[in-house]
Amino acid sequence: MTAQVVTISSGKGGVGKTTAVANIAVALAMDGDKVVCIDGDIGLRNLDVVMGLENRIVYDIVDVIEGRCKLRQAMIRDKHLPELYLIPAAQTRDKNSVSPSDMKRICEELRSSTDFVLIDSPAGIERGFRNAIAPADRVLVITNPEVSAVRDADRVIGILEAEEKHAPALVINRLNPDLVKQHDMLSAEDVLDLLGIQLIGIVPEDETVIVGSNRGVPVSQDQKSRAGQAFRNIAHRLKGQEVPFLDVVGKQSGLWDRIQKMTGRRS
Amino acid sequence: MNDLHSLVQIKGMRDGLLVSLADASWEEQQSALLAQMDQQPSFFQGARLALDVGSQVLHVNEMVELRDQLSDRSVVLWAVVSESPTTEQTAQLLGLATRISNPRPEEERFSGEGQNDELALYVNKTLRSGTRIEYPGHVVVLGDVNPGAEIIAEGTVIIWGKLRGSVHAGSKGDEDSKVCALDFAPMQLRIAEETVNIKKEKQILGPVAAFIRNERVVVESWKFS
Repeated sequence: MTAQVVTISSGKGGVGKTTAVANIAVALAMDGDKVVCIDGDIGLRNLDVVMGLENRIVYDIVDVIEGRCKLRQAMIRDKHLPELYLIPAAQTRDKNSVSPSDMKRICEELRSSTDFVLIDSPAGIERGFRNAIAPADRVLVITNPEVSAVRDADRVIGILEAEEKHAPALVINRLNPDLVKQHDMLSAEDVLDLLGIQLIGIVPEDETVIVGSNRGVPVSQDQKSRAGQAFRNIAHRLKGQEVPFLDVVGKQSGLWDRIQKMTGRRS
Repeated sequence: MNDLHSLVQIKGMRDGLLVSLADASWEEQQSALLAQMDQQPSFFQGARLALDVGSQVLHVNEMVELRDQLSDRSVVLWAVVSESPTTEQTAQLLGLATRISNPRPEEERFSGEGQNDELALYVNKTLRSGTRIEYPGHVVVLGDVNPGAEIIAEGTVIIWGKLRGSVHAGSKGDEDSKVCALDFAPMQLRIAEETVNIKKEKQILGPVAAFIRNERVVVESWKFS
């Protein structure tokens, strides 16, 4: 096995990075892939909460880096999915306890024994963000259909391009079709038009996501959830499968055909 | 050790340290600099560093590596000064300054390259939020200029794409400078001393040129004649 290291990043906070990491990880693990999630938000960890593993943390990533435990000891196994692990962030330290080369070393160690390493990047474009993207083979940039989030995503994409990282892919999260129809929200097309990168998923706004995050049960386990389906589709596309995009908006606009065309996918 | 020291020259400036590297291979320059820092870590800790690399051609991966190595030593790299246009562009891509408060004299930087007003910078990519391009001549962009991106040119700015960011043409006061774009909705537009706010509802469809006529900025369809 040679793992794909995927970092999820956004620039702006609160657009759904952590939720996306948890959901994509669960979706991959449900397919039988071995997945390790790394919480890159040292000092403000919360991936453990979203995955429902907060009370199992003994060692964290800073313990690994500073040699207080072995990498295996810091990997917490998920309650339901035996092939899903979390390496939690340290809550009592800050981003300077980790360097880009530490992250590279940890990912190299994981590469031979896993299928996917998913890294949850902190908000911002400083040290923590650079730690998170340093080992990445792929970066998913996640944004909401609102002007400020798109602006920050644009900045992050610019940095990724400048650092010559593999072309980033875009996740548009929390799209509300009704607001788009009333022209009160940017459409997926507006966002794509500005950012001009490959689209890998559109996640509709869905209350079950929040409920799932609070309960520590990511919605991609829920076969009925629309958002869960969208996250499962992203997981499949990460594995190189062709999956048609969910029809979030409704076909009448003709928008969908254009998105399919822009992203080079056929429905 | 003396050898290493002669490669690296350090000067204090008002807002940090200026490090000049003598001609050598990049590996030598890099290891000399890092060796010097590791010898006096307390002197460098927390410093803001401007680096003058002379004619050294640096690509993004090299500059990123150095920046990471410096940040591992708690040193912030904020500017890279170079005679090489490639290195300057790399620095601009990474959001680093390419001029410091005491820049090299203009004549020296552009000697043998003709008149300033014949210089043009060709940018073959979309300028994303946070990118700032400052150039003592014309700027041609083959791509979009997104909101939050900024171009400051002493001459004309031509954008073969969508203009959504900020542009200042004729930044040293040249009123003959123009701003042209295929799709024109700048966040802010300045030509020489004149600033214009473009109202969304007055947006002209298709290619647009903006220039100064009778001391006012005029925005009209870009005619190819």
